[in-house]
Order: sequence, then C-alpha cells, then structure tokens
Amino acid sequence: MSAVTLDTGPTVARLSARSGVRTARTVALKVVTAVLVLIAAASVTFFAQLLIPGDRATTILNLKTGRAQTYSPSELAPVKAKFGFDHPVLVQYLHYVGGLFKGNLGTSYTQYRPVTQVIGSEIVPSLVLTLLALVVAWVLALTVTLLTVKRGRVATALGSGWESLTASLPPYWIGVVLLVVFSVELRIFPVIGGDGVSGTVLPVLTLAIPLAGFLGQVTRDEFEKVLDQPFITTARTRGMGDTAVRLRHALRHSVIPAITLSGWALGALLSGAVIAENIFGRPGIGQVLVTAVNTRDVPTVSGIVLVVAAVYVVANLLVDLTYRLVDPRLGARS
Amino acid sequence: MTALSVPPTRAWTLDRVSGLRARPGTVVALAVVAFIVLAALVPGLLTSHSPNAIDLQHSLGKPSLAHPFGTDAAGRDLFTRVVYGTRQSLGIGLGATALAMFIAIVLGFSAGLAGGWVDVVITRVLEVAFAFPVLLLALLLISIRGPSMGTELIAVGIGSAPGYARMVRGQVLNVRESGYVEAAGALGHPRRTVIRRHLFPNAMRPLVAVMTLGVGQSIVWASGLAFLGLGVAPPSPEWGALLDSGRDYITTQWWLEILPGLLIVVVALAVTSLGRTLQHRLEGASR
Amino acid sequence: MTVLNARTTASTRANTPATTDTGHQAGDALLTVENLRVSFGPAEVVKGISFTAHAGRCLAIVGESGSGKSVTARTLVGLTGPGSRVQADRITLDPGSPGEGDLTALGERAWRGVRGKEIGFVLQDALVSLDQLRRVGDEVGEPLRLHGWGDRSARTERVVELLESVGVPEPEMRARQRPYELSGGLRQRALIASAIALDPRLLIADEPTTALDVTVQAQVLDLLAASKARGTSIILISHDLSVVARLADDVAVMRHGEIVEYGPTRQVLRRPQHEYTQALLDAVPSEHTRGTRLVRGDAPAAPRKRRPVDRGRPLLDARNLTKVYRGPDGVDRTVVQDVSFELFGGETLGIVGESGSGKTTAAKIALALLAPEGGEVLLRGAAWSTLTQRQRRPLRSRVGVVYQDPLSSFDPRWSVGRILGDALSRGPKPPSSKAETRDRVFRLLEQVGLGAEHLDAGPLRLSGGQRQRVAIARALAPEPELIVCDEPVSALDVSVQAQVLDLLTDLQDDLGVSYLFISHDLGVIHHMSDRVLVMKDGKVVERGTADEIFTRPQHAYTQRLLTALPRLEQAS
Repeated sequence: MSAVTLDTGPTVARLSARSGVRTARTVALKVVTAVLVLIAAASVTFFAQLLIPGDRATTILNLKTGRAQTYSPSELAPVKAKFGFDHPVLVQYLHYVGGLFKGNLGTSYTQYRPVTQVIGSEIVPSLVLTLLALVVAWVLALTVTLLTVKRGRVATALGSGWESLTASLPPYWIGVVLLVVFSVELRIFPVIGGDGVSGTVLPVLTLAIPLAGFLGQVTRDEFEKVLDQPFITTARTRGMGDTAVRLRHALRHSVIPAITLSGWALGALLSGAVIAENIFGRPGIGQVLVTAVNTRDVPTVSGIVLVVAAVYVVANLLVDLTYRLVDPRLGARS
Repeated sequence: MTALSVPPTRAWTLDRVSGLRARPGTVVALAVVAFIVLAALVPGLLTSHSPNAIDLQHSLGKPSLAHPFGTDAAGRDLFTRVVYGTRQSLGIGLGATALAMFIAIVLGFSAGLAGGWVDVVITRVLEVAFAFPVLLLALLLISIRGPSMGTELIAVGIGSAPGYARMVRGQVLNVRESGYVEAAGALGHPRRTVIRRHLFPNAMRPLVAVMTLGVGQSIVWASGLAFLGLGVAPPSPEWGALLDSGRDYITTQWWLEILPGLLIVVVALAVTSLGRTLQHRLEGASR
Repeated sequence: MTVLNARTTASTRANTPATTDTGHQAGDALLTVENLRVSFGPAEVVKGISFTAHAGRCLAIVGESGSGKSVTARTLVGLTGPGSRVQADRITLDPGSPGEGDLTALGERAWRGVRGKEIGFVLQDALVSLDQLRRVGDEVGEPLRLHGWGDRSARTERVVELLESVGVPEPEMRARQRPYELSGGLRQRALIASAIALDPRLLIADEPTTALDVTVQAQVLDLLAASKARGTSIILISHDLSVVARLADDVAVMRHGEIVEYGPTRQVLRRPQHEYTQALLDAVPSEHTRGTRLVRGDAPAAPRKRRPVDRGRPLLDARNLTKVYRGPDGVDRTVVQDVSFELFGGETLGIVGESGSGKTTAAKIALALLAPEGGEVLLRGAAWSTLTQRQRRPLRSRVGVVYQDPLSSFDPRWSVGRILGDALSRGPKPPSSKAETRDRVFRLLEQVGLGAEHLDAGPLRLSGGQRQRVAIARALAPEPELIVCDEPVSALDVSVQAQVLDLLTDLQDDLGVSYLFISHDLGVIHHMSDRVLVMKDGKVVERGTADEIFTRPQHAYTQRLLTALPRLEQAS
C-alpha cells in the first residue's frame, strides 16, 4: 500500500508516533527483564556452588591430588585467596554477579584458569551447530507441512506420521543411527569429523530432524485450524486458488506458534548439541562440559549453564521482536 | 534434548496436542505399555535367560533367535538385560514425573489461586527456571552431587517441573474464570467448597494426559544422561546404562547400542501416542 | 429419486414466486437454481430446492440453524467443502458468463474466474472474515489483484474509492490499518467493499449483520439496499425475519434442507401459507406479542394470567451504582456510572443496550458477584452489596441467575441430576435424603418441561434449548425471589427462543418470581418487560414502562435505536 502516501493525514502521524513510543517502551522493558532474568540465573549458579558438600578449598586440593584428605590452614590459605573464599559470602556473590558484566565467570577448580578462557573458543562451533540445526529444522518442517497438510488422507497421514515419529527420536539415538549408517556402513562421512563441512552435516541432522518433527506438528495443527477460518473462505470467494490461499494467507498465521517456540528450541538445541558433539567427536562446549561434570569442576559447569541461559534469553528476546513483525496484533494489544 | 519435551511456552500447548487426531496405533501403544509394565513387575516371565549369566564364549554375538538383541562383551543376553533394566528405568521415569508434578501442582495452584504478588513471584521464578534447559540443569546438579540414580531422578524432576507448573497455573486461571465457578459462587457455596468440588478436579483433568507424556519424556532424559556416562553406571541393566556400555561398539557391533535405544524410542512413542489419545478424549469430553 | 423427493421438487416449483407473471423485470432472471441437492456422506442437507435471483432485487433465504441455508450459499460459489456431493438440474448465471453460464459444469480454474468477479460473497463477523495480519486495503483490493484489474497504483486508488463508497471515513488511513483496529461496523463495511470491488452482478450475503449492534446493522442493511438499487442482485442468508423484512423482495423459507415457502416478501410475511412460516413469525417477540405466549400451535393467543406486582417496598433497590475498570494501558474506564433502579416483587425489569453499554456489569453488581466502586444494592430493604461474602452466603438463595451460555456455566463433569441436586441443597429447605433430592429434581425438570430421562445426562449431550431449561431449573431450585437473566436467549434459534421465553413467563405467572432481564434485543425486551431501562456507555439514558419507552421514546438515543430496529411490518 505504498502509494497511499499522498495524504497520510494528521491522524496517521499521531497514531504511528504513539505506537512508536509504545513499541520503544515495550522493547526497553523486555531488555531490562532479560537482564534481570540473567542476574537471577547467575544467582542460582552461584548458590549451586555453595551447595558442594564439604569445604570447597579442600575439595579443590583433593581434585588436584586425587586423594581425599584434610589439609592444614596454611595449605588451604592460598587456595582460598585465589578463589576468593576468604571474603564473606555476600561479597563473593556481588563479585560473581558483578563479574558477569565484565565477562568474568569465575575460576575453574581443575584448570586454575578463568572459566571464560576454558569455554572461550569452544562456544563458537556449538553456536554454529545450533543455529544451522534451527535453520535446517525450519526448512524441513515447512517443506513437509506445506506439502502434506490437508492434501488428502494419504499425504496427511504420511506427513503427520513422519512428524510424530521424528519428534519422538532422542538425539543420542538418531545420532548413533546416522553415524552407523553414513559413517560406519556407507563411509560417506568420517567417524570423527571435526568441525569442517563433513563433520557438521550429521550433527546438524541429528539435532534438526527431531526439532523439525516438533515444529512441523505445531505448524500443521495451526495450519489445519487456520484453513477452517472464515477469512480463508473469504479469500476463496474472491477467486483465490488453493496454493495462493495457503501461501498468502494461511502460512503467515500458522507459523506464529512455531516462531514463539523457536527461542525455547534454541536452548534445547544447545543441550542437544552436547550430546551430538559427544557422539561425533565434534569440538564444542559438549566435550568441555562432560569433562567438567566428570571432574566436578562446578564453576566451569556453571559458566556453561549461564552462557546457555544467556543464549536462551537473547533468543527469546529476538523471537519476541520477530513475532511482532509477523503478528502486529501483539503490539496493538499490549 | 528431544523435541518431545513439554515446551515451556504459552498456554496453547495443551490445545495443540489435543488437536491431534486419536491415532490408529492406540492398540499397538497399549500393547507396548503392557509389555513394559509386565517387564518391570515380573521380568522372569518374558525371558528365560538370567541378566547376569556370563558366557565369554558367546561374547558380542549378533542378534539371533536365541539372543534377539545379541550378546554383550561378557556374553550376557542383551534382550534379557533390557527386560531386567525396565524396572529401574520405569522407576526413574515415574519418580521424576511424580516429583515434577508435585512441584508443579504446588507452584501452579499457589500462583493461580492466590494471585497478586504470589503469582508475580512464582511466574518470575518460572521464567528464570526456563532459562536452564533440563539436561544442563541436570549436569549442574550431577557436578555438585556426583552421578547417582537419585541425583538423576531429582535433576530430571526439577528440570521438567517449570513447564508443568506453568501449565497448571494456566489451567487454574482458566477454570477460575469459568462460568461454572461463578455459578457455584452465585449459589452461595463457600470458596473452599468451590475449589474442592470444581476448581481442583477440573484443573487437574488435562494433567493426567500430560503426566503420561511426562513419564516417556523422563525416561528419555534420564537415558540421555547415562549415555553421556553421567547417569546410572554399568554394569546395571538400566536402559541408559546399557546405552553407555554399548557406545564402545558403535563402529563394530552397532546393535549393542541401537537396539536398546530403539526400545526407548518405541516406549517413548507408545507413551506419547497414548498420552495424546487421552488428552484428545478428555478435551473432547469437556467441550 | 424417491417418491418423497419428487414430491418436494414439485411443491417447490409450485411455490415459485409470481414475479415473472407481473412482468416486473421479467427478463432479468440472473441466477436460476433448479432441484439443487447437497449431501455430505450419507446425510443430505439440501434436498432439491429451486429458486431464482433477479437483477436489482434481493432474495432472502431464511431458516434456523441446520436448515441448509449456508450450505446453499456456499454451493453457489462452488465452495461447498470437501466431502460434499452437489447435484442440480440447473444452476445458471445468465447471460454471457464463463461456460455459457452453466455453473454445474465449471472446473476449479473457471470457478476462480467467477468468484469475486461475477459473484461477490460477504460472510458474517468481519473480525474473523478478514485476514487479521494484513492491511484492510490489501484485503479490500485482493479481488482486484486476483482478477488482474489495473496496476498497483490504480488498485490503491480504487480501494480508497471503494471504502469511501461504503461510508468508511478517512479511507486512506483505514486502508493502512489492520482489521482489528476498526470498529465492528467499519469492518463489515470493508468486507462488503471487498465483495463489491469488481461490481459483481450477484452479491451473496451470509448473515451479514449477525453480531452487529442494531444501529450498525441498520447502516449495513442500507448499504446493501444501495447496492441493490444500482442493479446488483442480492441473495441474503439470514435467520432474522425482521432483517429480511427490511431488505428482501422475495423470501424462501428453508427447513431441514427444503424450501417450505417461497414468494414475495410481503406475501410470505403477511399471509404465510405454510404452518412453519406462521410459527416462525409468531415466535418473533415484539410489542404485539406482549402478554401472550409465543408458541401458539392452533390455539388462539391466550393472554397471560399475571400475578399482581407488589408495588410496596422494592425487592431489589440499586442506588447510584458506579463501576470503574482499569484497562491494561493504565487508563480507568467507567463502565457503569450512577445507575439506579428499583425492582418490585413479581415484576420484570428489562435492561436494554448495545455492546459496551454496561448492562452485564450492572447485572453482576446486582448479583453481588462484583463490588461497585460507588453506590449500593439493597435486597428487601436490607444491605446486600455491602455485606461480607460470609454474611451474604445464606442470602444467596434468594437471587438466582441464568447466563447466555448455559454450557459454560455447568461443570463439565457433572450430570444434570447432580447440578440440580447441588442447587437444591442451597435452598431454604434442603432435601434431607437422597430419595427426596431425586423427587425434587424430577419435579424441577418437569417444571421446566424436561423429562426424567435427562437426569443422568451430561450437559454436553443436551441441545441448546434443553441446556437453557436446565439452567433455569438450577436458578429455580433454591426458590429465589429474583432471577437475573443475562441475555438468556441470545444464542438460541428463534423457535427455541420462543419456547424459553414462554417458559420464563409461565414460571412468573405460577410462582410470582421477579426477573431482572438483560438483553440487546429490543423485541425480546418489549415482549418480556414491565418496565425498561435503556443504557448507553454505562449510563441510564431513559427509563419507563415498556409501552412508554417503545411508543413515546424521549431520549434521542432511544429514538435512534427504535428507528434502526428492523420490523416485520417493513416488508415491502
């Protein structure tokens, strides 16, 4: 409707200015909420570290020596000083939360380096894997749904059957199956692939296939509902063909639920990535995390959990904004 | 971790799942569940082997009539081990779901009934909880307490609670605003009676189906932890532990990994399909 | 074809209107339908109907739910839906249409050329009939784009012209807004603008004014009349005989998939030949039906045997009620402002108003389900709204309530017997044994005209009318002095509505119960009420006896409402 700019009139200008301010305020509020959620998440991981049974400095020394024994205060003192245990808990807490804003996630119990360094470059391949999986999942889901939804009984049954099947597959199992079929039997991809192209395809599929099934189910359900809506009938009475009705009217409505789920999906994908990386020997936080859990390096585990939480929060913020673009009603109502 | 998990977002999740048609596989699903329950209660009925009978001459055998899932490195019949591991896996699934439901009902009903600041606080807490994916929360707990079945159960229970809690809260709010609750008030029933007779049962109704879905889901989560070597450890025949020990043979005797995994998939599918049918029925009956 | 069907066809042919004989627009039969049958699986929902639509005239197809009228409308644009089977001796759109005008022979592609171009279609409730995510202008202009009319900028101009022509103010701005940003009336106009964008020769309107307020309804009907005056043929699908009277030239009355009566509007509405048409007309509540029963059968209308109204101390006394809601944007809205009324024992007080007038909020305050910000309600001269919940509980049995949607007011897990037993237990004389409960539940069911077989049924298995009867029985159970009825018949077909209204008046005659009767329907209010309050924007703009309000309205708003009200007598 670009040509209707001849005379926007005062009402339009007033309306759009008001809604602009409103949008800005909503976005600001969302950002503040997101930051608060992160601080709360950090508090959880901080207090989780306090829950470690026994004295933490002793635990750290035990981890180093591989023995379980008690130490003299003089042996413990340097450890306590290095990890800041000599301060009151409240000070430690403020230091931990404050450190977040400076990109400081504490110190590893086993490696004696900042957690940010331990995670460091490992997070990048994991994020690449996750984002690729999200994109592939969307493409797969939309293709299957658009081709099969309300296209006769056979196509519908095939499509929804495929979706429920794939949506139920745990990533560890589908990963192993893909590995056995494509790497062990067919030898198309290397068994341990690294983070190059050949090492990325199978992990991405491992994560994308179940997610595609899930997004597909959500979208199909909505699509079926939308196709029964009166406005779809209206479009048909104007002389619109079936394909056009699906693409121009129904699609936009039916992706809304799947979009709102994508923020959550990104968080779930990152934890799925831990498993996929583990199966395919792909570098990323998965390897670091499993090692850290095994060695009971709580600060590193906490750090990774916090990073994932941050990704989740940011992703949901983006989803919220995208959602407003697809569905302007939300902005108008709030 | 798997896309089956109950998503934490928006109240329409319930409607969505219920919108799916009742599937023709309901009978098959029921049969699978019956098999699982039988395996958990009287495993000896389903297999003649012993789960711990070592037979080194027949180690790492291919699936055959005598050993449908093959034999492991110690020559133990894998099918028998799977059957005997059912009790523990199902226990974890039921236990974790029960824990999650308990937390969810307490939080959801408090928020939905009390309203006001209680509701605000609980809703915020849930929002923070959603930032921790179940698997990662579980790993954090394991790194603190060390791996054990108890930790696994608690971790999966706590991790899946927020999703249910939000659902319960939504249900309570829905029912609270319903015409029949208002009508009961207009008849002069005290609030306590209304909660007991109308609010509680109607808010709980859809949760029966969700709980069914949750059991399958919890089994999948727990075996995922074990797969990473952080859950119940071998030589236990728990399903996750079987996955863990099968991993060494992926490139050579893949069936040791894929067949126990397939069983978990089949159980998850069956339970999910049953849960959906149930949900569909319940929704249909109240509409 | 069975014997029965043959007879149907013959009878409908016999009833074909005599318009062609009068010579009026004889050559302009635009759409001719002969022996149309539609079935879904084994169920035949349209059973061999025939009718003709003429240029510049309006044919109304009237019927209650399940009559097959909407299916007929959709069949005329080839959108009967999946799983349907359509048969007809003839459906022709004359002259010069694609496929020689034979619509039965059209393929999907050819149909697309007809829809929107030759035949425009308006659905009810524009909020869901327009795509919420697209701009109004794109929606209105969609037929233009689909049928390759002009280029982009020409279409944009045309859309503005169209919106202007249907009376949408500030059309440029409206074109850029989305449907939910428009009021109900503007949306419906936009929907009509879209249907007439390519100036189709036939316009089918399926319940185009249902869910609209009466003043907006009048505007939309005027719009359709203007279209008709320009030579468009209109097929109006409606359940509302008064709406039909206002617009239609010919009427076809449908029941169970058959046309039972067909002829010029004036003839059908004034001198109906078929008993079903007569029953439908009798069932329409209005000033003429006051004091009589709506369901007559063969007996002449017997007057009600009212108990005298006790004009002493008022039963319910509402004084200066004010209710303020805070919107999500933080702005306070006064939904009820300084509303006062008195209701005497045995009387019916009607509150009438359009949507958003505050009538339902006033009812909830009267029920003490909502606390007012200002003012108070007295019950029999004693405190009511100012009591604490605990103090009020024992008194609750004196005031009953019947809602618009009975289904949602029943616990879905409870049977009819349990619902009524529960209500009995709240009365002044709660039953002391199971047997007594059962007996009294039976008596209640009998009182509202339901049989004992409904005792164990869940509310889901009842029809709309039966549900409302159970709701009335529940309200009666604790033997109240007053029943608040909030739009109790708005969701019902006119014949069922008549039964429920008759039940309410009968109960009043028997028991002397009072009603606070809320409705948007002026006819229902006039039929039921002794005295009437007219509400607008939270205020009472006029009050008086029903006859005063309806024959000598003082306030400009009441006058406007009554002018807008479609009446059966308007049949031209």
